Amino acid sequence: MRKLLRTIFLVDLLQGLWVTFRNQHPKYIYTEQYPAERPRVAERFRGAPRLNVNPENGETLCISCNLCAVACPENLIVVTSERNEQTRRKELINFTYDLSRCMFCGLCEDACPVDALELTQDFELATYSRDGAVWDRQMLEEGPRPTRYTH
Amino acid sequence: MPGATFLDSTELVLNMGPQHPSTHGVLRVILKLDGEKVMGTDCVIGYLHRGVEKISENRTYAQFAPYVDRMDYVAAVSNGLGYCLAIEKLLNAEATPRAQAVRVILTELNRIASHLLWLGTHALDIGAITPLFYTMREREECLNIFEKYCGARLTTHAFRIGGLNWDIYEDFEKDCKRFCDYFLPKIDEYEELLTGNRIWVERLTGIGILNIDDCKSYGVTGPMLRAAGLAWDLRKAQPYSGYDRYDFEIPTRPNGDTYDRYIVRMQEMRQSVRIIRQAVEGIPEGPIMARIPKVIKPPVGEVYVSIEAPKGELGYFVVSDGSLNPYRVRIRPPSFINLQALDKMARGSLIADIVAIIGTIDIVLGEVDR
Repeated sequence: MRKLLRTIFLVDLLQGLWVTFRNQHPKYIYTEQYPAERPRVAERFRGAPRLNVNPENGETLCISCNLCAVACPENLIVVTSERNEQTRRKELINFTYDLSRCMFCGLCEDACPVDALELTQDFELATYSRDGAVWDRQMLEEGPRPTRYTH
Repeated sequence: MPGATFLDSTELVLNMGPQHPSTHGVLRVILKLDGEKVMGTDCVIGYLHRGVEKISENRTYAQFAPYVDRMDYVAAVSNGLGYCLAIEKLLNAEATPRAQAVRVILTELNRIASHLLWLGTHALDIGAITPLFYTMREREECLNIFEKYCGARLTTHAFRIGGLNWDIYEDFEKDCKRFCDYFLPKIDEYEELLTGNRIWVERLTGIGILNIDDCKSYGVTGPMLRAAGLAWDLRKAQPYSGYDRYDFEIPTRPNGDTYDRYIVRMQEMRQSVRIIRQAVEGIPEGPIMARIPKVIKPPVGEVYVSIEAPKGELGYFVVSDGSLNPYRVRIRPPSFINLQALDKMARGSLIADIVAIIGTIDIVLGEVDR
């Protein structure tokens, strides 16, 4: 009898409707107004790569040991270096990082012995061309340059 | 057809997918229909094939770890755990107790996230749109914990061979506890929306029945097997990563239909919360990384290690020839094996029930095709 009444008065459906009604309350609004409202990513977030420089003299921290290139599963890092004849040390010439193939696993960052290569919290990596996804040393040190529009 | 009269009825072949929204990815099913009735199905897979197993042969053991995250991308943490356990067994090493506890917490969070995505999309297929928004909202909380812990939300690469790369962050325990307290009432909310709802019950009961014998002969594992009545869970049957230390139950149901699978998965989320609560209470102190060599070069041999992923038994068979790269990595994905039972479940049902049956298997095509 009770079951019949519950069926007739649509109790099961009203129960669900009450849940949706409760969730109408403004405190349950979770939408993020993205470009206006910036998401705050976590401290450990793995985003755009950066090649750190010494803040005092602007020299790169990279010692061209090539460990990041070896650690990378996709072989997308190319480190070019030259041995300085006077100091007998390797000096970094260029550092290419192909973001189009990167899967942000963080293995290069782990491999770096001097914390020169770092995956930062920058997550906006869209480019207008595939070439734009290949970052050179300047771009890795200074961050991506502003896009130049041709039309 | 030559010689056919207009009264003859022939089998109608209908193509469903790979772009169909309720095939959960790029599954293509060729349906053989008699009117509304499904007489047979043929699955065409491989649209998402990336050759993960072949890739492993050209990568070192540590380098291959991020790739396994991309198989079952809604449960990346579980995939990573299985791979790490397999290589650890090959190296005859074991993760430290602290690493094991953190691994359990993250995999259980991932189980919740995976089941939430399943619940939302499954309900959406059947016509209930509301749960999708709510489940996505709660899944976000899980993913936020992943992001804070390891820096990525979906393809996490959370574990390393031998333990963890990062120690837990400052508020990790607090975040997990807060999530548990927040999440349990939300499960009640979903149940309020769906469990008693007459449309939901009518659409699901008696659909896609798979009994224990069928499950065993098809090799079906996970919630599908437990919904058929067999309490088989690798976390209990062959405990790994310290699961024997936690107290939890294996939910089972007797009928093995789509509704029972729904109930089993809902119960599993509650059990996961229970495990997380126990694990968070007692994260042991100590190192996070076991003593393993920096360059991983396992001895010649082969291992098979399987874990209970959210979708069923996820196994890794790794053959080592003593070099830096694995000789062969064969992956036993739960989705691929479970999908084979689709024909058995769908035969004789109506065409409208096909989406419910595909949804209830909980497939991820990244894992089916690898």
